[in-house]
Amino acid sequence: MSKSYRDGLPINPEKFVDHLMRLKRGSIGRREFLGLTGLGVATAVMARELGIMPSPAFAQEGLGDRMSIATWPNYHDPATFENFKAETGVAVEVNVFGSNEEMLAKLQAGASGWSLFVPTNYTISTYKKLDIIETLDMAKLANFDGSQQDPRFTGEGTIDGATYAVPKNWGTTGFAVNTKKLTKPITSWKEFWDTAMADGDGRTMVHDYQLTTIGNALKYYGFSFNSLKQDELAKAEELLLKVKPHLFAVSSDYQPSMRAGDAWMTMCWTNDGAQLHRDIPEIAYVLGKEGGEIWTDFYAIPKDAPNKPAGYALLNYLMDPKVAVKEHLANGAPSTDARVNALLPKEVLDNPILYPAAELLTPLEFGAAATLTDPARAELMARFKSA
Amino acid sequence: MRRNVLRHNLLTALLLGPATAWLVVFLVLPFVAIAVFSVGERAPEGGYQAAFTLTQYANLPARATAFWNTMVLAPAGALACLLVAYPVAYYLALRAPERWRLILLALVVIPFWTSLLMRTYAWMYVLGGRGIPALLAYVGFDDVRLINTPGAVLLGIVYGYLPLMILPIYVSLERLDRRLLEASADLGATPISTFLGVTLRLSLPGVMTGFSLVMILLLGEYLIPTLLGGGKVFFIGNALVDLFLQSRNWPFGSAIAITLVLVSVVVLLVANRISTRLSGARRVDLI
Repeated sequence: MSKSYRDGLPINPEKFVDHLMRLKRGSIGRREFLGLTGLGVATAVMARELGIMPSPAFAQEGLGDRMSIATWPNYHDPATFENFKAETGVAVEVNVFGSNEEMLAKLQAGASGWSLFVPTNYTISTYKKLDIIETLDMAKLANFDGSQQDPRFTGEGTIDGATYAVPKNWGTTGFAVNTKKLTKPITSWKEFWDTAMADGDGRTMVHDYQLTTIGNALKYYGFSFNSLKQDELAKAEELLLKVKPHLFAVSSDYQPSMRAGDAWMTMCWTNDGAQLHRDIPEIAYVLGKEGGEIWTDFYAIPKDAPNKPAGYALLNYLMDPKVAVKEHLANGAPSTDARVNALLPKEVLDNPILYPAAELLTPLEFGAAATLTDPARAELMARFKSA
Repeated sequence: MRRNVLRHNLLTALLLGPATAWLVVFLVLPFVAIAVFSVGERAPEGGYQAAFTLTQYANLPARATAFWNTMVLAPAGALACLLVAYPVAYYLALRAPERWRLILLALVVIPFWTSLLMRTYAWMYVLGGRGIPALLAYVGFDDVRLINTPGAVLLGIVYGYLPLMILPIYVSLERLDRRLLEASADLGATPISTFLGVTLRLSLPGVMTGFSLVMILLLGEYLIPTLLGGGKVFFIGNALVDLFLQSRNWPFGSAIAITLVLVSVVVLLVANRISTRLSGARRVDLI
């Protein structure tokens, strides 16, 4: 979905054609061709998936041969799962979600099939209350070192002394602007919403996610991002209904539209902002100066996980700083782990998208658990979407 | 004699058994579950909590806009489909050379073998900034936006459901007795009045079948408005998805689902009624 479709391909198109011509000229054999282009491996994988060839036996006992993870779009280095499979024989199926609500809905309905998932900080207490996540057995997570974690971001994984989730990375919710299309500098949520109704008319996206869309509308008036107060929510609703006809889309999958130039401005998470800016330098990532959201995403294991051993194994693997550093380089979100930060190149640590200035971070708020289950915010979102 | 009847009954039971079991397990039981949910309450963290209350139904006006949008979209989309489909079906049934007919029909059906999701995604790229707008920019029209417009949604709907409209109309036109057209011409009717008085009238059952088929599916549509409309246009299908997957208000979602099913049934009955009346009153037999 993100980046170029070419990323992660075993071979680039030019090389492929080159090898193909060599095959035609007869300077390489067919078998060599299959090996060089990766087609041989692809065929073997296909054959295995279709059950034509039996899967080989693997060294690690008791992990099974597949597991499933629920996570966010553009959130992992695809090589991580390939390497994990090479080491353990467990193939990882990746499910991608657009909101915490949707993850919770799937887990509440039961039989999600996930053995690991990536909830955001403010949802963990609800999962615990509903008794649908595992108390983590830290003995199985030797690679995790709590003393190296930044305590600002990790608190919500532990409830009453028991650990239910360990952090993956933290980040912020700001907005991305295509500065070639919208040349006036935009620095606040007030300007974001006003621009959406002026220069950004028909080109602005907001998340299909009540927490951030309502939260950042509340920031227009300087209210708390997490407000549940009736009169404040009413003001936010008024703004949202006014902006609605001017929007390009209500969707959490904004990278394709920003890359294609259909959308010029969107609500945006750190990691997407970093990826967009890396590939298209004129897309800037901005934190509204009134504040907004700061978040930590965690790893947790559902109680009904079909393959808990593999879930623990993958989690432990991901906690290895050498693996985690590649994840951070790929997804662009800042790490909570000092060991990982020590391995990150200087230009990453100096990137203001990942590590914003302190005065921009101070007004940010962590999402509050109550917003996740509050019916008033859910209904407001429905009215906004149906308007 | 008696044994024959018994054997006959047994055979009937055997033949109907699998389909009945299938429908009971995958249609009737879920429907009962939804009906039970719809009189329940939302648990504090979302989901379902047993209760007996009609508050969910009383709350239906909260989704009035979504119902209204759907009630406008479904017939409008079906009508647009019909306008595109009729000429195609007419050509296939009455004008296309015999040897090409099967191939042309296959061409109508083949896209249907690919998932609607895939085909809609393809449209996202065709209509998106790197598709047609990029071509337009090349010839001097900058910043044209096609994706996430009502036009894009309409296009997606017509494209997605066209085969369902073409096929029933084709079938009814294909069965048309050509001698009726000759008779009409012999009796001095112009081609236009022959078309209106004979061809169109006799194909109305097919039109009604196609129309109600497309309309019923459109009543539950949510994919195309989400992908090609940018999630800005909210239909009852979108309301359902959000109630189950975002706010986790199963009872309210169930009440809406039940209402939607009832509305669909009414639509189907009315369409059926109209089509019987239209074709019944005008039935012409030559022999």
